[in-house]
Amino acid sequence: MPDLNTTRVVLETDEISRALTRIAHEILERNRGSADLVLLGIPRRGVPLAARLAERIARAEGDGERPAVPVGEIDITLYRDDIRRRPTRGLTPTRLPEGGIDEKNVVLVDDVLYSGRSVRAALDALADLGRPRTVQLAALVDRGHRQLPIRADYVGKNLPTATSERVGVQLVEVDGQDAVTISDAVATDSATDARRATR
Amino acid sequence: MRHLLSTADLSRADAVALLDTAEAMAQTQSRTIKKLPALRGLTIVNLFFEDSTRTRISFEAAAKRLSADVINFSAKGSSVSKGESLKDTAQTLRAIGADAVVVRHPASGAPHRLAHAGWIDTPVVNAGDGMHQHPTQALLDAFTLRRHLSGGEGDLAGRHVVVVGDVLHSRVARSNVDLLATLGARVTLVAPPTLLPIGVGAWRCEVSSDLDAALVGDVQGEVDAVMMLRVQRERMTSGFFPSEREYARRYGLDAARVDRLPPHALVLHPGPMNRGLEISAEAADSPRSTVVEQVANGVSVRMAVLYTLLAGDLAGEGVA
Repeated sequence: MPDLNTTRVVLETDEISRALTRIAHEILERNRGSADLVLLGIPRRGVPLAARLAERIARAEGDGERPAVPVGEIDITLYRDDIRRRPTRGLTPTRLPEGGIDEKNVVLVDDVLYSGRSVRAALDALADLGRPRTVQLAALVDRGHRQLPIRADYVGKNLPTATSERVGVQLVEVDGQDAVTISDAVATDSATDARRATR
Repeated sequence: MRHLLSTADLSRADAVALLDTAEAMAQTQSRTIKKLPALRGLTIVNLFFEDSTRTRISFEAAAKRLSADVINFSAKGSSVSKGESLKDTAQTLRAIGADAVVVRHPASGAPHRLAHAGWIDTPVVNAGDGMHQHPTQALLDAFTLRRHLSGGEGDLAGRHVVVVGDVLHSRVARSNVDLLATLGARVTLVAPPTLLPIGVGAWRCEVSSDLDAALVGDVQGEVDAVMMLRVQRERMTSGFFPSEREYARRYGLDAARVDRLPPHALVLHPGPMNRGLEISAEAADSPRSTVVEQVANGVSVRMAVLYTLLAGDLAGEGVA
């Protein structure tokens, strides 16, 4: 019998690593350094990605004296517009770095950019938390199919997909390995997978 | 979870999930902008057949912080005082388009009836019914205990809570015994024998009528918290104890008893307090007292309950 649920790996460990290094340099270039920069990860997998970017930015700045770029995480659950259309989801804490986000250049970091609704929710959440000077968006994968006028400033990989396909991002910190996969959606394994795929 | 009627209905996982959600809600309440858009467009009715300003404003604050619209319906001065039945009131709420009903009623079981009689199809939250249950109070007590005793995580396994006072009339005691036992805590009820309900032997707790003995740690460990119950003077009609002075001496928490507690032990009281009766002013104002904190935690816990019952209503549809 043919395997209906074919899964292809589109990014492997070293490709993810190179993509993040490139994004880190692009962030530094666009913001002319790391002053006033804040990285905010969108749970779940945006959070370790933000930490990795911060580490690369600190390395690229390279003088060892500078403090690392502040990293935080921003829970968007209560700001989603589909909150009543899905099973109730657990909340994760929002952690802002010391010094907050007022007048900072905030880079939102997420694993997959898809409909844009998560980012919209994150922008609403940010507005309740402070007033950044600019807000930029970094995504490891942009799979298209936007439902809102939102685009990423930094993209690890543009991945053209069909809406029926599912994009999965696995990271060492959460899943034990690094990989970006694309699979034909035949059956939904769990709500977690579905969420990961649709983020 | 469709309704919140009794803490006895909650599994350990449900209870811990509610407390975790409340912890996340509490975190949002330290921000400048406390309002969250989660329940925007929903209408929550506070249906209070019994006066309780404290509980009502706590539910109202919780609903408003989640951007829901709130209608307060108090029986006094309403058609209920003209003889309208619970069923008619429920049908009015249905016609108004309420998305959830928070109900406080002097009759035990009224919220259960409202939830299951088929009159309305919205989630029902029990905000205290007769001498039966007050689940959000128990959740906020557990939340307060967990914050101090377990770092705000997990359950209360191995902790020892002594609940003192009028257990007979207390929905707070019933709800707390159920919830604390579910969360793994050991509970000791202390009350005059006249203020213990029939059948208390079947509850998931130990029972004593000697407060001083109960406050001393035993081989199973020391006391982690003392929860004082309010002496409901309005219900003290048939000589449950000889005098208030004697009650205060035998079952009141005073400074001397507080001093004998282990250093980490907490003092809880659901309020309003009868100072000088079940709790002395020194004990009420001591640094161990969490009375004021309990009120703040009540809002976070009620936000968590409303969010859990009302978000995810049409489960399974939609794509992010």
